[in-house]
Amino acid sequence: MLTVPLAHYLILSALLFAIGLTGVLLRRNAIVLFMCVELMLNAVNLTFVAFSRAWGDHTGHIFAFMVIAVAAAEAGIGLALIVNVFRHRRSLNVDELTLLKN
Amino acid sequence: MTAEQFFFYVFGAGMLAGALGVVGARNPVNGALSLVTSFFFLAGLYVLLNAHFMAVLQILVYAGAIVVLFLFVLMLLNLGDDEHGKGKISLTKLAGVGTGAAVMVTLMGAFTGMRDAGLTRGTELSADFGSIEVVGRVLLSRYVLPFEMVSVLLLTGIVGAVVVAKRRL
Amino acid sequence: MQTGLLGLIAFFPLLGALVNGLTGGRLPKPLSGGVATLSMVASFVLSIAATWLLVSTGADDGHGHVSYTPLLWEGWTWMAAGSLDLSFSFAFDTLTAVMALVITGVGLLIHVFSIGYMHEDEGFGRYFAYLNLFVFAMLCLVLGDSLPVLFLGWEGVGVASYLLIGFWYQENANADAAKKAFIVNRIGDAALLLGMFTLYWLTGGLEFSHLNGWLGSLSATDVVSEGSPTGLGWVLTLAAVLIFIGCTGKSAQLPLFTWLPDAMAGPTPVSALIHAATMVTAGVYLIARLSGLFALAPYASLLVAVVGTGTALFAATIAVTQNDIKKVLAYSTVSQLGFMFAAVGSGAFFAGVFHLMTHAFFKALLFLGSGAVIHGLQGEQDIRRMGGLRKSMPLTALTFLVGCLAIAGVPPLSGFFSKDEILWFVLSNTSVTGLVGGWVNWLLWASLLVTAALTAFYMFRLYFVVFEGESRVDADVQAHIHREPLSMALPLVVLAGLAVVGGFAGVPHLLGGPLPVWWLDLHGWLHSAVGHGEALYASQFGGDGLAWLSLGAALVSAAIGIVLARTWYGSASEAPAAFAAKLGKLYTGSLNKWYVDELYEATIGRAYRLKALVLHRFVDEFAIDLAGVGGTAWGVRFLGTVVRQFQNGDVQRYAVMTVLGLGVIVYLLV
Repeated sequence: MLTVPLAHYLILSALLFAIGLTGVLLRRNAIVLFMCVELMLNAVNLTFVAFSRAWGDHTGHIFAFMVIAVAAAEAGIGLALIVNVFRHRRSLNVDELTLLKN
Repeated sequence: MTAEQFFFYVFGAGMLAGALGVVGARNPVNGALSLVTSFFFLAGLYVLLNAHFMAVLQILVYAGAIVVLFLFVLMLLNLGDDEHGKGKISLTKLAGVGTGAAVMVTLMGAFTGMRDAGLTRGTELSADFGSIEVVGRVLLSRYVLPFEMVSVLLLTGIVGAVVVAKRRL
Repeated sequence: MQTGLLGLIAFFPLLGALVNGLTGGRLPKPLSGGVATLSMVASFVLSIAATWLLVSTGADDGHGHVSYTPLLWEGWTWMAAGSLDLSFSFAFDTLTAVMALVITGVGLLIHVFSIGYMHEDEGFGRYFAYLNLFVFAMLCLVLGDSLPVLFLGWEGVGVASYLLIGFWYQENANADAAKKAFIVNRIGDAALLLGMFTLYWLTGGLEFSHLNGWLGSLSATDVVSEGSPTGLGWVLTLAAVLIFIGCTGKSAQLPLFTWLPDAMAGPTPVSALIHAATMVTAGVYLIARLSGLFALAPYASLLVAVVGTGTALFAATIAVTQNDIKKVLAYSTVSQLGFMFAAVGSGAFFAGVFHLMTHAFFKALLFLGSGAVIHGLQGEQDIRRMGGLRKSMPLTALTFLVGCLAIAGVPPLSGFFSKDEILWFVLSNTSVTGLVGGWVNWLLWASLLVTAALTAFYMFRLYFVVFEGESRVDADVQAHIHREPLSMALPLVVLAGLAVVGGFAGVPHLLGGPLPVWWLDLHGWLHSAVGHGEALYASQFGGDGLAWLSLGAALVSAAIGIVLARTWYGSASEAPAAFAAKLGKLYTGSLNKWYVDELYEATIGRAYRLKALVLHRFVDEFAIDLAGVGGTAWGVRFLGTVVRQFQNGDVQRYAVMTVLGLGVIVYLLV
């Protein structure tokens, strides 16, 4: 049954995480930034589920479930904040959103 | 190669392609659509991992709700294309990316050297592993507290989102 | 024998100082002056009592002399460190007796005088506090039985001198004079300390009894071998020279004498007490006390004699032209001190102390007399604006004349006897002859003779100009001249009496002395204290013939001086002015004190100022202010600028930081 070894899934997850990380660091649009964060969260979910399968334990599933729930709530509030920021500053360029500078 | 391996590579490639699409897309809407694609392939991977409930959940909630929310906001704000070329990528960011890449390479190297044997506990999976009944049972027995707290969290999220986004309180 | 009497002698002036000092000088004047004077009376009476006790210990020592055992007072442990165990204790031997009686006696008279002199001054109480403090310190100096206790007194009188010179500190010049005195003294004190350390290193102890015992146990060959000093001999010479340098500071010899003329800025009684009778004689006392040391260091003694003679002549050449009455007396003091040092440098310790005593009498008399004049003329000190004061102040004039006769060396007044002793010893000292040759003896003797002539001259010039002739006093000052009050007249009379009879304590054998009564034989009296040192200066050469020559020459030089002064100043005459014009540059040089102060300023003063400037510019301004303080501030600000980059509000920058941290963790884990 387990012809694909666990390591492969983990590597895949790491790659996904790395891609998401790159996006977080390099993109300037706040919403795109957010989407890259979702990518990272999904990479984590994949890790959890892979381990859950390897150990025959459902705990990983539950964890991933919680992550999804939290991601949903976070997406809601985060996007509400972004909307508000856009209304006041008319720009979503994170390089310009630096009121805390110095 | 077995079917499982074949589907693994297909779904994996697809997922990564979608991820790259998110990171590289100029138009944010394109990026959101790439994200959906990526999620679908990820759901496929979950199926391969006997996590059927998770796969469905992924599509329903993640792809179906969260990304839709993203698209709503994108449409609402009516942004144009994100200009890449404007502004240099600062050195610190590149350093960050470099470090991230290094981290990943290290991790991957570590994972490749892993031995599967010690990790699988030698158990055969039950036939209904990852099915909704079993997961549900676990969810509502062992993890009922986190479950209830998540519901409170979602309530908070709803209220918060409404308050933050209103034009006038 | 042990007696607490000694402690009391010094205690009463200290008490007086404390009473006047702690009440802030605000006691009513009669009470303030009374307390101070009574403490002096007590001290004087106790000194007499101590002397009486000392006499009772007299015993024949088998060599034809009477030796007296010193009185002791143990005091308390002062320093106990390592191998040094020093206690603050007093000893009272014959030398101390002479000093203590002079200090308390003359001091008492000056206190009485001061009550009249300082009567209108606001700082009356403060003045007496300082004066009593001075007497206390001076007594510590002469009563101390070890070098540190002496040094305590030495510094104490320096402090009191500073306080009193700058008594009217509101005038900058007075404060400057006080500072000058203290600083110049300090230079000498440094040398004195070094000498003290050398002696301690050599002998392991600092009490005089210990030192004298150690020195006494040396044999002649320990010090001089085959005609030149041994290593030990050189060390002793070094110690003696260092101590002498300290004496030049305190006793105003070349080259550290410049403070004494400036010290005349203080009240005149202060000048009388401190700068004539007592403090400046501390140097002579110290050398007499260490006679054993100086006797074993003939080169050092030679130095003392030469410097003393040189100073005597030098100061006399300045005194002849000065126009301030106190300045003349100040330079005269320096000159007479030179005589004393010439004496002790020639092994005539007795003669030095004898002259110290007689000088205390007549110099105090002269200073107090000038004080009466100044007081009567409401502060006038320039002799060109005096004259004919004999009519308005007859008593002062008479006593002043007595003082002049004494200092000029006119027999049978005291100055004659003491000065004659010195001249004779300088001429006939074999030690000097042995070291450098007889011609030095004659040279020193001749210099002192010339000095004596000059002394007679300038003193009588002073007398004639001030008291005789036509009055040149300002009209409005003239209207207010008054005779001296009783408090001022009494000391003048007493001192005049002492100046007349004081010399009979040292009648030379040439003229039939010494007199058979113990209290008129100063030489015999001092034998217990300085006899050992004198013996080491074994012999005088030449016999009575040479002695008569010296005596005759002394009389002749005094006569020359007096006659010249009479001719030029006895009546109005153009001669002095003409002579001054003929001397030209010499005259102005003398008038300007031979520019010694200017020389010091140009060399040492400037060097110090330059050093201070360099230190200020480089160390203060640059190293500390700029680099140190400024540099630290700059460094902090720089760090801040660097660290500030981490908080620029850029979220992605923060994410980068997180990733970097993650990288570190992963690296450490994997």
